[in-house]
Amino acid sequence: MNSLSLITSCLTLGSTDPHPNVTPSVLYGLGWLYLILFAMNAVWTWKSYHRDCHFRLPEFLGGMGMPNAAVWAMYSIALLLVSVTHLTCASVPEALRWFVMPDFAKSAIDFVVADARRYFAVTTFGFIGMLLLRNWLAKPSVGWVLLNLSLLFLCVSLTDWDFRQIVGKPDNVPIVAMLFIVGFFTWLFFYRANENDRRSALGKGPIEAENNEKVLTWPDLVYTEMICMIAVTALLILWGIALQAPLEEPASAVKTPNPSKAPWYFLGLQEMLVYYDPWLAGVVFPSVILGGMMAIPYIDFNKLGNGYYTFNERKFAITTFMFGFLPLWVGMIILGTFLRGPNWNVFGIYEFWDVHKLEALNNVNLSEYFWYGIGQPLPMAPAGADFWTQAPYILLRELVGFVAIGVYLGVLPMVMAMTVFKKFFLRMGFLRFMVFSNLVLMMAALPLKMVLRWAVNLKYFIAIPEWFFNV
Amino acid sequence: MAATSLIWLLDLARFMFPNVLVEPPTKFKIGPASDYPLGGVSTKWLAARGVWIVHTDQYKGRNLIYALASVCTHLGCTPNWLEGEQKYKCPCHGSGFYINGVNFEGPAPRPLERLGIKLASDGQLEVDKSVKFQEEMGQWEDSNSFVDGALA
Ligand code: FES
Repeated sequence: MNSLSLITSCLTLGSTDPHPNVTPSVLYGLGWLYLILFAMNAVWTWKSYHRDCHFRLPEFLGGMGMPNAAVWAMYSIALLLVSVTHLTCASVPEALRWFVMPDFAKSAIDFVVADARRYFAVTTFGFIGMLLLRNWLAKPSVGWVLLNLSLLFLCVSLTDWDFRQIVGKPDNVPIVAMLFIVGFFTWLFFYRANENDRRSALGKGPIEAENNEKVLTWPDLVYTEMICMIAVTALLILWGIALQAPLEEPASAVKTPNPSKAPWYFLGLQEMLVYYDPWLAGVVFPSVILGGMMAIPYIDFNKLGNGYYTFNERKFAITTFMFGFLPLWVGMIILGTFLRGPNWNVFGIYEFWDVHKLEALNNVNLSEYFWYGIGQPLPMAPAGADFWTQAPYILLRELVGFVAIGVYLGVLPMVMAMTVFKKFFLRMGFLRFMVFSNLVLMMAALPLKMVLRWAVNLKYFIAIPEWFFNV
Repeated sequence: MAATSLIWLLDLARFMFPNVLVEPPTKFKIGPASDYPLGGVSTKWLAARGVWIVHTDQYKGRNLIYALASVCTHLGCTPNWLEGEQKYKCPCHGSGFYINGVNFEGPAPRPLERLGIKLASDGQLEVDKSVKFQEEMGQWEDSNSFVDGALA
């Protein structure tokens, strides 16, 4: 090879970005996605034309009545145009620069999600907002707008290389699907519940009681089941052919993949392991979750809401369950899947997975806070002391932790019984109430510890590495 | 019936002691101390033996050479030695350890474990994986858990 061609090849190699944001094939694929979106909205337009009401145009546009469907029609046509542009101009990315996620939006989104604190705050407040706005959110057209927005967000974001890496990983594809499914079923619940709540406000019974949905097992149910079975099988086969099973490198005892992730459904537990000791996060808490769920029927004294959807009649139960499921379980799965990167650091969805990203996470135990706070050294047994001389020193060192936990699980339930949960206590009786309040407190312990870790770098309430006992 | 069960039980017990063990010997030589200059973490024996050889004066100010087991004290993943950041960082839940093996970030509750190390008669260092020394138990004071760094 002569030197000239070497130089040119170096130059061209140097100029090609190894992580290109937009490539012709990506744009071409997006064209198809937009086309699907167009088809969905065309159907919606048609339905809206037959069902939805009209609105009045403002005076300067003539002031005449227009069907809502007209707006949807315009939106659908816009989607069709976008799709055609993508399919025909895929080889000239310049022409499509209006359809990529702008950099300022990327950094704004990353700023929020690339930090576990902000991410948790957003999910929690989003959850509260969802409960407050439930009547509005559960309208079909609002739900449809939300679906469209999330799909558009996905389309526009797919023009980013790093985003494609995490969302398009064969491991993660089902989780993206899961997000939409969780969204849909949450919406469906509120839709049905609102309807019944409105009816009960008018003094009518739930809709389920009125149009009795009883059908014959044969043929209705059996046929439906069989069709579902065939559809699911077909889907799984297609999926198996289209996406290759994500195998990793051969296992080795001395090399752990970085990052090392549990199966997606356990990522919530893995997140818990960051904050609590293994025996708690890996053994005690999962058992408490399972046992607690089994205990729900025995704790629950509210006879309402049996066999029909409702929110207003079971506010506390549904809110608690949803908080546990949405921000604490699904939210943590999202955090673990999309945001945790090398060295278990948190990364933004548009951020490059840099192995050398630095995050200072110096942690301090509660006992250290206490003893250094009152200006004392940690109580320590003289060197070489045996177990029985050591024990009192260790227990004294961790005294604050024990007191804190004791107050939290022992005293707090009584305070709760006398104040906010007075009605519950009276209806449940002592034993049931203690079980109930301890379960609620344990559930609250996870976000509590997370917040303390982020706010004051708290490591463990009780830290006795000598006996493998840390809380 | 009882006899059969007994024989079966004995067989089972015998089964627990295989005729050959294919594990590498727990003691191995790692060359002279001069291979391990001060301030360095050697990953030479990581792949084969799962140890880092550390020569540091960052633990209580003493100049020591010792062997750290590459097992995270949280749940047992293998951390990575990050030269730039001068720390061991675990890919599983993000625990971090200083160069001397003491934990400082993430969920790991205690320092990495030291393994036995001594100066063999031929002038080489010899690591013994069958003994462990845990800092939180005060075992790092044990003279079998390090050799004098001045040897290097
Ligand atoms: S195993 Fe190392 S941090 Fe969990």
